[in-house]
Amino acid sequence: MSLKAVETFVTEDGRSIGPVILEVKDITLKFGGVTAIQNISFDIRGGEVRAIIGPNGAGKSSMLNVINGFYHPQEGEVWFKNELRAPMKPYQIAYQGIARTFQNIALFKGMSTLDNIMTGRFTHMSSGIFAQAWWKGAAEKEEFSNREKVEQIIDFLEIQKIRKTEVGRLPYGLQKRVELGRALAAEPRLLLLDEPMAGMNVEEKEDMSRFILDVNEEFGTTVALIEHDMGVVMDIADRVVVMDYGKKIGDGTPEEIRKNQVVIDAYLGISHD
Amino acid sequence: MIYREAGDFKTTYKADQDTFPIRFDRVAFWLSIFVVALIIPFFVNDYWEKAVFLPFFIYAIAAIGLNILTGYCGQVSLGTGGFMAVGAYSSYKLMTSFPSLDMFVVVILSGFVTAVVGIIFGMPSLRIKGFYLAVATLASQFFLVWLFNKWEWTYNYSATGQITAPERDFLGIVVTGAYSDPWATYIFCFGFLFIFGWMARNLVCGHIGRSWMAIRDMDIAAEIIGVNPLKAKLSAFAVSSFYIGVAGALYFAVWLGAAEPTEAFSIDKSFDVLFMIIIGGLGSMTGSLIGAAFIVLLPVTFKTLLVGFLGWPTDIAEFIQIILIGSLIIFFLIKEPHGIAALWRTLKQKLRLWPFPH
Ligand SMILES: Nc1ncnc2c1ncn2[C@@H]1O[C@H](COP(=O)(O)OP(=O)(O)O)[C@@H](O)[C@H]1O
Ligand SMILES: [Mg+2]
Repeated sequence: MSLKAVETFVTEDGRSIGPVILEVKDITLKFGGVTAIQNISFDIRGGEVRAIIGPNGAGKSSMLNVINGFYHPQEGEVWFKNELRAPMKPYQIAYQGIARTFQNIALFKGMSTLDNIMTGRFTHMSSGIFAQAWWKGAAEKEEFSNREKVEQIIDFLEIQKIRKTEVGRLPYGLQKRVELGRALAAEPRLLLLDEPMAGMNVEEKEDMSRFILDVNEEFGTTVALIEHDMGVVMDIADRVVVMDYGKKIGDGTPEEIRKNQVVIDAYLGISHD
Repeated sequence: MIYREAGDFKTTYKADQDTFPIRFDRVAFWLSIFVVALIIPFFVNDYWEKAVFLPFFIYAIAAIGLNILTGYCGQVSLGTGGFMAVGAYSSYKLMTSFPSLDMFVVVILSGFVTAVVGIIFGMPSLRIKGFYLAVATLASQFFLVWLFNKWEWTYNYSATGQITAPERDFLGIVVTGAYSDPWATYIFCFGFLFIFGWMARNLVCGHIGRSWMAIRDMDIAAEIIGVNPLKAKLSAFAVSSFYIGVAGALYFAVWLGAAEPTEAFSIDKSFDVLFMIIIGGLGSMTGSLIGAAFIVLLPVTFKTLLVGFLGWPTDIAEFIQIILIGSLIIFFLIKEPHGIAALWRTLKQKLRLWPFPH
């Protein structure tokens, strides 16, 4: 590994962020003739908020899918916690401490808010099927100690009132929040958020930004997020990767990205919704 | 206010998780258990045993089993009849090979054998979904019935191809064969329903049950959370088949006493149990019970009322019954996939507020 694995980094607003915890190296991902990602490398440092930006179809979601094991790139390596990661299934990667939310909400529609977030604790629960059937003792104890963590998340996200509501019936903004809760429930080292604020109004965006920053600060969770709203990105991100047509065209602090001519031409110059 | 929850504050997670958070429900539940377990056995006669109670208890166990797989885990199965046959033939082989084995053990072991068979036939679910999986389980239904027709070892080479349950006991009380008392078979089957119903309820409330529902609702998100789809689906197949196997063993050994595969375990059985969970409520334990009661009681009621009381011809009564069930299936599939259980919940909601609608 390079020096990056140990050295720390000081951000624009003077925050010191940790060594690299995840690094993607020379990733190339193709779907038949379409090259979704072309030879991209970047790293994510422990404790930072890392933004990935770029126009639609740039390959951002595909990159998250590579990181959490849904897509297997034709070329390239993923290093996590200083180890080259062998090809893994998404559920194994969950056990490594990577959680995520989806661009199109992927909640368990038939379940309540509470059950959705409890399901997020799956990697922390291990009692077997016989213990579960018997319930008294081990299973019950495990359920309650995990339930306590979930209640903390519910309080943190201020969703006490919808605890028992079936999530399919919640408005969009709240669904996004519950999905964040479900990802947080795993107590991940690395949290991947795919457009957590898409389709939200200003107030909802502010709430969500605040939650993301709080998660980052209070729990020390490393966050990588895809976001279109440049204002938000410049506000909350420590460092930014810019993608366009599957290629990386910029990487640096928000200030550096703002000044980067290639980025301006390709992305910032033209108007995006 | 007939029905109330006022004053029922939930201060602990334990109380919050109660199956019956409202006192009224809790009391009603335990009262009915008391009546069913300790009063009715003193009065149950041969007719009520064979026509009402055993079928209800046994089908309820099967419906809970199928509901775990289809209602909770989202994997459609049309193989219930075949899996009941596995339970039945396992119990037959166990009863005849180990005559001193307690009937309780026989039924449990039959459940485990069926669970293993269920895992094998559940393998395709890792690759195929929905309609295609339904067709695959349909194939297992026909394969299993065919197997128990052809494989003579399974029916001990009897000339008729039938299996007949010998007399066996549970803790010294005869529960199979011609000389079993109605109260004994009643208690025996009710005991299974009570214990395994309770366990099923525990399972669906815990993290394994949530992993099933997660697979049902959004399999990609389930995986991202750490659920291994293979483990979740196959465990649902295993548990579901265990219940259906237990039901099959009781069905043959305690209720019918004798069986022949083509008739007793036909595709009709698969549909009957599927109808129970659709009408009762997919993904609901109460729904499984309601559905089983409905499908079991409807023919009995029709026979008593239309044929016995009004003197209508049997075939007309049967005809009306088929039309009624068919329309109900369509109604529930379109209007209320969560079945009578959900209608019941809505009604309770209304009652709770009654007579003040706001
Ligand atoms: N599963 C897939 N099969 C085929 N093409 C895909 C698949 N996933 C993504 N792509 C393609 O990869 C490109 C990048 O998509 P995506 O990563 O979703 O972009 P973004 O999230 O930046 O909008 C698009 O051209 C898209 O059509
Ligand atoms: Mg995307």
